[in-house]
Amino acid sequence: MTPSRAVEAFARRHRYHPFEALPWLAAVAAYFVFPDYLALGAQILATILFALSADLVLGYAGIVTLGHAAFFGTGAYTAGILAAHGWGEPITGLFAGAAVAALLGFLSGLVVLRTTGLALLMQTLVVATMVAEAANKASFITGGDDGLQGMEVWPIFGWFRFDLFGRTSYAYCLIALILCWLAARQIVHSPFGRSLTGIRENVRRMHAIGAPVARRRLTIYTISAALAGISGALIAQTTQFVSLSFLSLERSGTVLIMLIIGGVGRLYGAFIGVPLYMVAQNRFSEIDPVYWYFWIGLLMVLVVGFARGGLLGLFDRLRQ
Amino acid sequence: MADTLSAAISIGFHGLAFAMVLYLISVGLSVTMGLMGFVNLAHGVFAMAGGYVVTSLMSRWGVPFLPALLGAAVAVSLASIPIERVLYRRLYGGEELDQVLLTMGLVFMSVAGATYVWGPLQQPLQPPQWLSGAVDLGVRSFPAYRSFLILCGAVLVTALWLAIERTRFGARVRASVDNLRMAQSVGIDTSRLFMMTFALGSGLAGLGGGLGADLLAINPSYALQNLAYFLIVVAVGGLGSIRGPFVAALLLGIADSGFKYLLPEFGAFFIYTLTMAILLWRPHGLFGRA
Repeated sequence: MTPSRAVEAFARRHRYHPFEALPWLAAVAAYFVFPDYLALGAQILATILFALSADLVLGYAGIVTLGHAAFFGTGAYTAGILAAHGWGEPITGLFAGAAVAALLGFLSGLVVLRTTGLALLMQTLVVATMVAEAANKASFITGGDDGLQGMEVWPIFGWFRFDLFGRTSYAYCLIALILCWLAARQIVHSPFGRSLTGIRENVRRMHAIGAPVARRRLTIYTISAALAGISGALIAQTTQFVSLSFLSLERSGTVLIMLIIGGVGRLYGAFIGVPLYMVAQNRFSEIDPVYWYFWIGLLMVLVVGFARGGLLGLFDRLRQ
Repeated sequence: MADTLSAAISIGFHGLAFAMVLYLISVGLSVTMGLMGFVNLAHGVFAMAGGYVVTSLMSRWGVPFLPALLGAAVAVSLASIPIERVLYRRLYGGEELDQVLLTMGLVFMSVAGATYVWGPLQQPLQPPQWLSGAVDLGVRSFPAYRSFLILCGAVLVTALWLAIERTRFGARVRASVDNLRMAQSVGIDTSRLFMMTFALGSGLAGLGGGLGADLLAINPSYALQNLAYFLIVVAVGGLGSIRGPFVAALLLGIADSGFKYLLPEFGAFFIYTLTMAILLWRPHGLFGRA
């Protein structure tokens, strides 16, 4: 491949493709088609952001983490505690959630990312468990087991109230998701993003060509933590509730599942996996909340066994 | 002074009993992770299954404690074989993420399955009459159940070490952990060896789960709740090692009961911080190889 063609190939990936408008058209259409499910829709949109943030570390940097809920929960508690103590302005709440989660990501990343493989997996799990334990112990501020109560979120820009039907919530989450998605897309297609893929595929070679591997990994870990924090803050503000389950291992596990169902390392996997998972969960839970986990577990086993690369991967293979 | 000493003895004793349970459950995990390079988050499921078998055999069918334990070990070990053959084997040498997902899936299924069969409440273990009192060891008396745990653990650990160090099977396992390809080329049937070690490890986990049902309560979320403990033992001890997890289990068991006794509020933090520190210092664990 001549250099100009290589440049062209990269540029083509960076350019917006008409297909990329599909999720957004679907999201806008859903607003009008399912007016009774907007509250659920807002949660789905916020969770897509969470899965997207996990995709950055997992799909692009190849960091397998079992502790991503730590950042999600930290963002949620930050926004929640602010709103419960007299500062209910939502947008600054989002930024505060992002900042605190990013700080946690940076500090824990300094320690955690020095290892790889099982040790890394373990340490992410340990960090998340420590944060959950801290939130449990600090019940005077987090509400402990009962969850954080008494949040009062102000209208957005002092104008758009969070209504009972979730209209404001839906639009709010959708706009936040679009902005974060644009940022994530920019990051992934930048030289920095390409170098992350390089690190995932062949660390030694990246060391050999002089890429600052450790710094790159720490950077994306921090960015991802910030996005996860925004996602948590969105859910906290729109549901006006935060509980310890936001920090749980189950939360870290299910976000991976949602991502895998859609497809890892594609930026769009989250847009398919999360709605499927959450709508199915919503349906199943009405029938039988406990056994939902059985089916989702079975689904994971099947995905790993037969549909590696998730639904998008399956689609790719069918197309070939 | 006498109080401090007595507290120290008590902590050491409880810690030792807990360590034995942790070791029995985790040693199989260490070997399978080291041998097959497989991140197995579902190992706790086997321990939980052992616990359920023991409590059900005892409470529903009135089977005595010891035969129930044996039954749990055998049942879990047999049940693990098809799981290894059908699900795990496909992912040996595969991607870490796939292994994490598969085993997380199994954990989720186990949570729902256990709720379906045994309900959401925890299953109490009724230790038999001869284990409910205390034994007097001259210096002071100790609870009989925990003394029994320590004794059982010590016997099993010794037997396991002898099996690994002295038997042909053990030599094969060690050879495969050291150098899988070389082991295959000298004619060791590693696929069969994997199956057997997996079954052995799962059986030990089932036994540990049953024995320790009083310390680690048997309930549907068992595998999730205790995952961190088992992984800490393995990661701190070092993958593929038999001795490493023992030292790690001792450290964790004694530290855990010590902190619970002295600083019940912040015990967990110290344990986790200690784990992080050890893994930073030695990413491959205390006895692991790079």
